[in-house]
Amino acid sequence: MTRGATYPALLTGLSCLVLTLFLASLLVGPARLGMWDCLRALFGQGPEMLQLVMREIRLPRALLGVMVGAALGMSGAVMQGFLRNPLAEPGLVGTSGSAALGAVLAIQLGLAAAFPLGLPLAALVGASGSVILVLLLAGPQGGALALILSGIAISALAGAATSLVLNLSPNPFAANEIIFWMLGSLADRSMLHVWIALPFMLVGAALLLATGRGLDALTLGEDAAASSGINLTRLRLTLVAGTAALIGGATAVAGAIGFVGLVVPHILRRSVSGRPSRLIPVSALGGAAMVLAADLAVRTIAPERDIKLGVLTALIGAPFFLHLILKTRRSGA
Amino acid sequence: MVMAWCQTVCLAGGLALGASVAAAEAPRRVVSINLCTDQLALELAAPGQLISVSYLAHDPASSVMQTKAAAIPANRASAEEVFLLKPDLVLAGAFTPPDTLRMLSRLGVRIEVFPPETNLHDIRDNVLQMGQVLGREAMADQVVADFDAGLSALESNEHPLPSAIIYGANGYVAGHDSLAGAILRAAGYRNLAAEFGITVGGTVPLERLVLAQPDLIVLAEKNRGHARSEETLDHPALYALIARQPHASVEDRNWICGTPHVLDAIRELRAVRMAGKLAQ
Repeated sequence: MTRGATYPALLTGLSCLVLTLFLASLLVGPARLGMWDCLRALFGQGPEMLQLVMREIRLPRALLGVMVGAALGMSGAVMQGFLRNPLAEPGLVGTSGSAALGAVLAIQLGLAAAFPLGLPLAALVGASGSVILVLLLAGPQGGALALILSGIAISALAGAATSLVLNLSPNPFAANEIIFWMLGSLADRSMLHVWIALPFMLVGAALLLATGRGLDALTLGEDAAASSGINLTRLRLTLVAGTAALIGGATAVAGAIGFVGLVVPHILRRSVSGRPSRLIPVSALGGAAMVLAADLAVRTIAPERDIKLGVLTALIGAPFFLHLILKTRRSGA
Repeated sequence: MVMAWCQTVCLAGGLALGASVAAAEAPRRVVSINLCTDQLALELAAPGQLISVSYLAHDPASSVMQTKAAAIPANRASAEEVFLLKPDLVLAGAFTPPDTLRMLSRLGVRIEVFPPETNLHDIRDNVLQMGQVLGREAMADQVVADFDAGLSALESNEHPLPSAIIYGANGYVAGHDSLAGAILRAAGYRNLAAEFGITVGGTVPLERLVLAQPDLIVLAEKNRGHARSEETLDHPALYALIARQPHASVEDRNWICGTPHVLDAIRELRAVRMAGKLAQ
């Protein structure tokens, strides 16, 4: 495999894929509209109602697809790099579930209504709690078993608490929302959701991109990393803060979407020769492409049904996960 | 004139019928376990005849008969709780969990199940059925007569009909064959749901609603607490649409159940039309 030379090409290719899917996301919708009219309306020309549809309904959905996907892909890449464990992923280790719990609490206690940033902030608190817990329980050198077990426990706990809070709500529709928080959806999101998630995601992305060098060093082992001047405590803190900000922001507006953070880094790992510093940006692009594609599929397969995104990512992700288990067993044998 | 005549005749007929049946044993301990049977029973039952209503009857957002219900203990429709009230008649709706009903009938409790009302005729049928099972036929006939009088007072033949849509949580739209649709039609509107291929009810994506620009948008009232399903009703695109289109909101309790109180919902919607606010 040729190294280095293919990396810029890979970045360009993935960027083009994301851009194509982003455009498709803007152009595909329940109302069948002409492509040219859509694009004109997006830039403030043409009938007023069409502009409203493009700018207030389709644009936020497409933007959130990119943002949420990038956040999930990136967090997966960093978690797997830091724990040196191919099974680490925000969904599996309970980060998304805990972020959802934070968001649900903020909504039901009225914090989100009092000030909009309260929603992602509470999700961030939930997410960071679970990341810290996983790092404590599984430990930096923790094996796959400890990681998965603690992930299952945290996910189950967060899921149960989320269901409890929603069941106790006086609103008759609240209990239906359990599905949204567990499987995620981008239906009927508005620019407000983009604005409240964006600052958290930008900070999170900046933090995680900065961990690249440390994670590269860590591939040689902890001692080697420490001797090459990597401060492991700082690296761990950055990881906690970065993933919590990204997953908190993403989950607060789109619910918990599983498997993206697992599948995307795996597919792309070999093309960057396993270098974490390169895997992080390409996983961000790959994640964005996967969520955009899943959201497009949701809208074209059954537009009136609001199928949850997590259903599609799990349909792709679960068989992949099984394949991964078989592969690990074979290589271990 | 014709209306007044009908009212008198119906009333007289009702009284005669009522007198003949009152001789038969009327139930004395009636328990209602469904919001809609609560409403009808509260309207018709003799004082002291109804000994418990469902907890929803006490909720002002869902129940039109809340003041009358307040004096009557609430139940949560569990078979055990209902059985311990020693009812001689249980009133249930078609959506009451069948297991509860099976359990109660095994225990020998008499149950009357009322079908949901999906048009204005069903309201008459259910009022009359309720009158019959409670032994209050005269009262039921009176209520039906008043309802018919109220309805014919609201009749009109104006054309063309303005278009309207009822938009609720999750983008749910009520179709022609639903009670809400019947109310919309009685108020003199053309239900746009048909153009989206919806007959009973279904969801319409926000962007299709925005592009359809109905003459009137009837928004469901939001419930207490918070639900993501209702966030659709807060979407900026919907705000922009209702800023330029007339809209109304109808209190849920007036059309959750088919009771004669749907007349209030019809009157409210008609008032919007009469006020000349609709762009034509």
